[in-house]
Amino acid sequence: MASQVLRRLLTRSLNKQLCVTERHASGFQFVPDTPDPKLGKTEKKNLYQAVTDALDIVLASDPTAVVFGEDVHFGGVFRCTVGLAQKYGKDRVFNTPLSEQGIAGFGIGLATAGATAIAEIQFADYVYPAFDQLVNEAAKYRYRSGNMFNCGRLTIRMPCGAVGHGAHYHSQSPEAYFAHTPGLKVVIPRSPIQTKGLLLASIRDNNPVVFMEPKVLYRLAEEQVPVADYEILLSTAEVIREGSDVTMVAWGKQLYVLHEVCDMAKDQLGVSCELIDLRTILPWDQDTVCKSVCKTGRLLVSHEAPLTQGFAAEVVSTVQAECFLHLEAPAARVCGWDTPFPHIFEPFYVPDKWRCFEAVKRITSY
Amino acid sequence: MAFRLFASHLRRAVRSQFACHFRQNIGLVAPVTSRGISQQAEFDLSPFRYHLLDEVFPKTSVATRDEMLSYYRDMVTIRRMEDDSFALYRDKLIRGFLHLYNGQEACCVGMEASIRPDDEVITAYRAHGWTYTRGVPVKEIMAELTGRTGGCAKGKGGSMHMYAQNFYGGNGIVGAQVPLGAGIAFAIQYRGEDRICVALYGDGAANQGQVFEAFNMAKLWNLPVLFVVENNNFGMGTSAERASAVTAYYTRGDYIPGFQVNGMDVLAVKEATKWAADYCRSGKGPLLMELDTYRYYGHSMSDPGTSYRGREDVQTVRKRRDPIQSCKARILENDLATEDELKKIDKEIRTHVAEAKDFALSSPEPPLQELYSDIYYKEPTFKVRGGDVFTYGDSTPRTSTGLKSRAK
Repeated sequence: MASQVLRRLLTRSLNKQLCVTERHASGFQFVPDTPDPKLGKTEKKNLYQAVTDALDIVLASDPTAVVFGEDVHFGGVFRCTVGLAQKYGKDRVFNTPLSEQGIAGFGIGLATAGATAIAEIQFADYVYPAFDQLVNEAAKYRYRSGNMFNCGRLTIRMPCGAVGHGAHYHSQSPEAYFAHTPGLKVVIPRSPIQTKGLLLASIRDNNPVVFMEPKVLYRLAEEQVPVADYEILLSTAEVIREGSDVTMVAWGKQLYVLHEVCDMAKDQLGVSCELIDLRTILPWDQDTVCKSVCKTGRLLVSHEAPLTQGFAAEVVSTVQAECFLHLEAPAARVCGWDTPFPHIFEPFYVPDKWRCFEAVKRITSY
Repeated sequence: MAFRLFASHLRRAVRSQFACHFRQNIGLVAPVTSRGISQQAEFDLSPFRYHLLDEVFPKTSVATRDEMLSYYRDMVTIRRMEDDSFALYRDKLIRGFLHLYNGQEACCVGMEASIRPDDEVITAYRAHGWTYTRGVPVKEIMAELTGRTGGCAKGKGGSMHMYAQNFYGGNGIVGAQVPLGAGIAFAIQYRGEDRICVALYGDGAANQGQVFEAFNMAKLWNLPVLFVVENNNFGMGTSAERASAVTAYYTRGDYIPGFQVNGMDVLAVKEATKWAADYCRSGKGPLLMELDTYRYYGHSMSDPGTSYRGREDVQTVRKRRDPIQSCKARILENDLATEDELKKIDKEIRTHVAEAKDFALSSPEPPLQELYSDIYYKEPTFKVRGGDVFTYGDSTPRTSTGLKSRAK
């Protein structure tokens, strides 16, 4: 018995060590922001608590607001809706059956009829049955009815992105599919402070918004989040690190990978990088990015989604058209491989700091 | 327990005294060999429910000693394999997802007993039991879980994507496999074969729109498909009553005849499947079968399984309805085998699964080429962008285009 326990402890500790080594190459370090002092009192929250906070504020201030999705009643699989059903009642925070297309269609109808509909798709990988509803109905409602009807009060939240062990169907980043749809807005926050502000802005924005939360940051990202009700303007990118030689554009968790690459570039190459968080993927802030590239002359865009037809392609195309004469090197895209998200090769698949650093080396020595 | 022993001794004594048959409430006793072991027995089956069908299933089932032992052996193997996988997951040697089949063993074992090896099967992600009954060795299943080359999908699929001859997996997206099942059945019909396709899904998936689309196509074109709902009463954390307006899933096919079977009774499952497979095979069209079953563990390893149901509820089912225990009881009470024989089988299985586990842990990891193989047909002539270690997924051109960069 004792030997069994000992053996188990030993195996566990060995495996823990192995795990640490395995994650090292594709790991990242979260960099917290300092909150705006003008927003007053703050509280330590992680990303899912920031989501709960934002939903709480909306449910309290907007009597037409409803939150629904699979398993949201008990708090959700990522705990984003913990306590809301108890506080606001199950007629406002309720579970739907396992029907993504139903959830989306139902949400569109609800929003069109005048309620603030906040739908949750359990994982972004499951959104595809709802794709038709979002692309064909939600995005085109205002346009096809000549502004007589719209479903602007719809917000669809979903966790996205790699998490270390998600494999094919719990790791996808489908922002590119939705970015191809005029009429929708696509927002991806990077941190708890950003999440609360962007989510409140998205819910109150009078357009259907697809809000993708990087699931790896739910627990990991902790910041002092302002308690107040504040919004962050949509379609504005943020320069989170100033530099003069290379413009780096990313969103979500990838920003933290690039933070480290900025440090590596400074230390090893003497290159100063400007890091931009796009925040809103559609419609995206072209001015901020182009202004930055005109200053630096070099662009690197990075995301987890596959290379071909990823959103980096859109950014690079626009930048080369707008800033052609300012470019010192072809823009670089460091993205996931053009394969389905793998089961066991995740550390090789994701655009880790080494691949990004290699790209910085190439574009600065072009 | 003591009473049972006494009763069985009494029965044997009476039998040998009078050498006649008499009906017990478990089964009819067949002629006894000199060792006291029967070669077969007849068993009462749990009641069925029917939709658009007469009461077509038998009330009893005759099973031989060999058959009962093989069902027992298969169910215990699956149970043991799942338990060992649970431990491996806890030790982080299996990553990703693991949806365990404990409690539902009678479903796949009972059904497999009545379908042909060349019939097609497609199911969702709780697929390890089915992978085993479809003929994949335990070691290949476990190696797939640990993501090694020895796995049945070369380690590229993991728990949710296991495949074999006549077994189309192993599907991650809920409900997506049902129209696929209808399509497979269409191919069978098109080729004029007398095989069927068994398309399984859960009570959670039963509310997916595509399932009803598949029903319509199957009935419209008279496809040889047996739709099967493995109703374990919970769609992840949501109980069936809170997700479905109608929980009699066997009626949800509306115009498709259906029936409900006690999914914890391996013989009931076997008999019902036998009738259903013949029906579908003879060109009469689709059927909808509901297996009333239960899973002991949570939905997956990230779900303890007790936040939406009481621990006592799970224990009650384990005590009263466990498929392995009831199979064992049937075997022992009808003298189809001795307790020692069954213990010996348990021990063999334990060793077998332990060896499989060793194989799973010692099998090599797949080489990096597998990351970018099997995307399209005819690789490696197709070069995957970013797929080899020299192209880092960026679009920096490798050869000069002749344009010089502007110097500052």
